[in-house]
Amino acid sequence: MNLNAPLTIALSKGRILEQTLPLLAHAGIAPLEDPETSRKLILETTHPQVKFVIIRASDVPTYVQYGAADLGVSGKDVLLEHGGEGLYEPLDLGIARCRLMVAGKPDTQPPTSRRLRIATKYVHSAERYFAARGQQVEIIKLYGSMELAPLVGLADLIVDLVESGNTLKANGLVPLEHIADISSRLVVNKASWKMKHETVNALLTLLREAVTTRSAG
Amino acid sequence: MNEERWLLPAGIEEVLPPQARIVESLRRELLDLYAGWGYELVIPPFIDYLESLLTGTGQDLDLQTFKLTDQLTGRLLGVRADMTPQVARIDAHHLRRDTPTRLCYLGTVLHTRTDGFAGTRSPLQIGAEIYGHAGIESDAEILRLILLTLRTAGIGESYLDLGHVGIFRGLARQAGLDDAQEHALFDALQRKAVPEIETLIADFGVSGAPAEMLIALAELNGSDALTRAQVVLRAADRPVREALDYLHRLADELSRWLPEVSIHYDLAELRGYRYKTGVVFAAFVPGWGLEIARGGRYDDIGRVFGRARPAVGFSTDLKSLLSHGQGLEQRYQATAPVYAPWSAEPALREAVDRLRESGRCVINALPGLTQDPRQLGCQQRLVERDGRWELETIGNIDNEWEA
Repeated sequence: MNLNAPLTIALSKGRILEQTLPLLAHAGIAPLEDPETSRKLILETTHPQVKFVIIRASDVPTYVQYGAADLGVSGKDVLLEHGGEGLYEPLDLGIARCRLMVAGKPDTQPPTSRRLRIATKYVHSAERYFAARGQQVEIIKLYGSMELAPLVGLADLIVDLVESGNTLKANGLVPLEHIADISSRLVVNKASWKMKHETVNALLTLLREAVTTRSAG
Repeated sequence: MNEERWLLPAGIEEVLPPQARIVESLRRELLDLYAGWGYELVIPPFIDYLESLLTGTGQDLDLQTFKLTDQLTGRLLGVRADMTPQVARIDAHHLRRDTPTRLCYLGTVLHTRTDGFAGTRSPLQIGAEIYGHAGIESDAEILRLILLTLRTAGIGESYLDLGHVGIFRGLARQAGLDDAQEHALFDALQRKAVPEIETLIADFGVSGAPAEMLIALAELNGSDALTRAQVVLRAADRPVREALDYLHRLADELSRWLPEVSIHYDLAELRGYRYKTGVVFAAFVPGWGLEIARGGRYDDIGRVFGRARPAVGFSTDLKSLLSHGQGLEQRYQATAPVYAPWSAEPALREAVDRLRESGRCVINALPGLTQDPRQLGCQQRLVERDGRWELETIGNIDNEWEA
């Protein structure tokens, strides 16, 4: 790929990185070191004009919004929480698919004397979902192991990402309601989109191609 | 006790020397520039009745406006978050002229929340408006003024983006969308979230040409977008084609005035969609995700103040101009001050007055403090020779100040 402007791409370790690399490889971009094992936060790639920054998944929108990275790959769950302001999200990469769901014990009854308590990392998404159903709930923000909350009486229900449902099952919980389908999006900084339009567009076209080929094959 | 009395609220900043002098110099230069184009300065109040701040452009500003209760009337007051509605009121209610009116303004506005980037909640808004002319000529004048403003602030490389609210508005109407649907689609369009746009349009039950055109809108950006739009939007209703035609004519006019500037288009990005009525524009600089200057046409803005007439204008934040401008420090560099002893002797006073009138800065020594004048930035001082006060360069005189 011919790039006439340098590009910084923000990625996060784990599933997103693993499934994004094949798509970037289609555009002729691969890291020079293995990002999963390297301790470096900025990685050179096979393309002299392109570098990766490796950051936490929830920080990707912030880096791209502020222009610290031109592009990034971010889960829709993170974008829903972030609000997506100041970003373009032109492409669904169709990777790291899962569902944002309400889950709880199979026999959960809504409490009569108080509001329903929801434990979640996805505060905004949970608030919006229950408000849209006309339900006033109490949100308890947690950073992990949401499944524990209903078991120890911290919350009635949880809102969390569900992939296979195995973690829920192992803890005696079941998925109850579907909130949104989640997959990873390509996000682009607004100024980069405009000032590096040709380069960003060229990469976008190649990635779109890679996504189409993969879903066809 | 709060030990951190020096702490400022988030997003509120103070401007220190020498930046404050540079801000002030740039302010003067820009206001002089606008005055040279016939823009008259207006100074609207810092607080106003909320109702008048939130009319027209204002609905978008409700959450951004600090509010307080007027103890005299019990009515709600707002601290202006944008001066445009105030300037519109001045044109519509107070001036009531029949000729085109050009107004400019400058002042601090307050925002309840930051835009995110600069992190500021107190931009120094500066802008210019033309009332009473509908057409590409006044748009072109405002666009020329934006570029001149950026250039004056030392911003060489900028990117100009044009759009027209009539295109999306017309397509939404053609597709038969209701207000809520239009709003949801607009939101996705601002993020160029093509997958969401496709889902929404399918959910709304829109199909055929109207659906294709709405989806295509997210991709109609770049320098060739207008040419592509002619083909992609050929099945659009008349208002859409008229909006496209308007942009074409504006581009032609601009190419005559600004042949060196490359114009870009984004037919989906519509800042202030709810109150804009025609062309919208924004200027970007490298590495900054928000527009540095923005504006457009809002022909209805004066209606609530008793008189709707065509209006087009732009505004920007003086402080963010400064942070992106190059070479301002050198341009506005002050000459080093002159040091003068503390004395009421007539000959000395006369010499000091003369220097100050000629534009030099003269600092009087304050007695009781033994100071090296060079610490005050002085490179020259006034000394008496044969009854006359003369300028002398302060050289290697260390011993004198150590005493």
